[in-house]
Amino acid sequence: MSPGVTLPTSAAAPNVPRVAPSTSSVALVWEALASVPDPEVPVVSVVELGLIRRVEWREKQLIVHLTTTYSGCPAADLIRTLIHEQLATLGVVNVTLVTQLAPPWSTDWIAPEAKAKLRAYGIAPPHLTAARIDVTGISPLRRAVVRVACPLCGSSRTSLLSQFGSTACKAQYRCDACLEPFDYFKPH
Amino acid sequence: MSYDDADLFEYLLRLGDTDVVMAQRLGEWIGHGPILEEDIALANVGLDLLGQGRLWLQYAGEVETRFRGSGRTEDQLAFLRDGSGFRNLLLAEQPNGDFAQTTARQFYFDVWHVLLLRALSSSLDQRIAEIAAKAVKEATYHAERSTGWVLRLGDGTDESHARMQSALDALWMYTGEMFAADPLEATLVVARVAADVRPLREPWLAAIRNVLDEATLALPQGEWMQGAGMRGGKQGVHSEHLGHLLTEMQFLQRAYPGAVW
Repeated sequence: MSPGVTLPTSAAAPNVPRVAPSTSSVALVWEALASVPDPEVPVVSVVELGLIRRVEWREKQLIVHLTTTYSGCPAADLIRTLIHEQLATLGVVNVTLVTQLAPPWSTDWIAPEAKAKLRAYGIAPPHLTAARIDVTGISPLRRAVVRVACPLCGSSRTSLLSQFGSTACKAQYRCDACLEPFDYFKPH
Repeated sequence: MSYDDADLFEYLLRLGDTDVVMAQRLGEWIGHGPILEEDIALANVGLDLLGQGRLWLQYAGEVETRFRGSGRTEDQLAFLRDGSGFRNLLLAEQPNGDFAQTTARQFYFDVWHVLLLRALSSSLDQRIAEIAAKAVKEATYHAERSTGWVLRLGDGTDESHARMQSALDALWMYTGEMFAADPLEATLVVARVAADVRPLREPWLAAIRNVLDEATLALPQGEWMQGAGMRGGKQGVHSEHLGHLLTEMQFLQRAYPGAVW
C-alpha cells in the first residue's frame, strides 16, 4: 500500500472514504475502474476499451474524464452508473464524471490483452485504424480490403454480411470455412 | 461580418434537426427491414445520428442560454417544438418509401454528411469541431454502407435496378438544398464557424457519379431544386411529411408533458 491510502478495514463506517484524495490513490481508482465491465461486451473493462481518459483529485472530489465509443452508444448512461457504483465500494462518493469529446475515441486505444479477450469471446478484434480507409478520397467509398480472421476457427476465408452488427461498433461477418457467423469490432 | 449567438443557435438547429429527423425515419424501419441484418443496420445508423443530433441540440440549448437567459434542453427542443420551428433538410423528412427510396435518401445524405463533417472539424468554434471530428468517423461507415446498397440494387435484378433508379430520380430535387447557403449561413462561414457547403457540391457530385456509373445507374438530370433558394427546411418551410413524422415522434411528451421513466 502506498502512503496516503487508508487501509480498508471491515470496521470502516460506510460513509468514511477508504480511499483518500492523494496522488497515489489514483492508482487504486484505476484498479477499481478496471473491474467495471463494458455492458455490451462484458469480457473487457471500460479501462481496456480506452473509455477512461484521466482520473484526478480536485480537493476532495474525484474527477473521472471519460469518453464514449459512438455518439449514440446506448450503454453510455449505464456505464456512468456502473462507475459510480464501483467507486462507491471504495468509499469514494464525491465523484464527478466529465464526458470529453476530443480526441474522438479510437479502437487503437483498446489494450492488446483486451483484443485477445475479445477473440476468445467470439468477437474478431479490430485492426489498427491505419490499416483501414482512404480518408482522402471519398470515391468510391470503400475501405481497403482487410482480411478478418474467424475468431472461432481462425480461417481467413470470411465474408462481410453487414457493416452493422449487434451494436454500432461491430460488423457482421460469416466464416466461409466453419460457416459460423461472428461479430467484427470495427476499426474506428 | 459578425455573428451573434442567435445565429449560432439557428445553425446548430439545422445540424441537429437534420440528424434527429433522419434518425426518426430510420427508426420507423425497426421491425420492418427486408432482412434481419438490414433491420439492425438501419437502427444502428439511426442511433448514431440520434447521438450526433443530441450533441448538436445540447450545444444549441447552451447557446440559447447565453443569449436568452434560459435555454431549452435537448428533449424540449426535440419534443416540444412545432414543425415550423424545425430546421432540418427537406431530404431528411422524405418518407421511407420502399427500401430503394430509403437507400437513395441515405446515399445522397451520407456522402454529403461526410464532406460536411470533414469541413466542420476545422471550425473555429471548438465545440463544433469536436463534435464533427467524432461524428465523421461514424458517417464514413454510413456512407460505405449506403454506397454498397446502391451498387447491389443498381447492378442487381431488373426489378431492383428499376426501383433504385426511380428512387434516385424522385429524391434528386431535394439535394440542391444541401449546397445552398443563405445569408445567415454565409455570415457564419465568413467567421469560419460554419462549413461552406457551396464548394462541396463538386466533390459530392463526383462521388455520386462514380458510384452510379459502377452501379449501371443514370445520374438524375433535373436542375430544379426544392428549397435551394432561401425557403426550404433550413428556414423552417417544410414538406407535408414533417408534421406526420413529428406527430408520432412527439406524441408521448405532448400527451404526458415531462414524462420520464
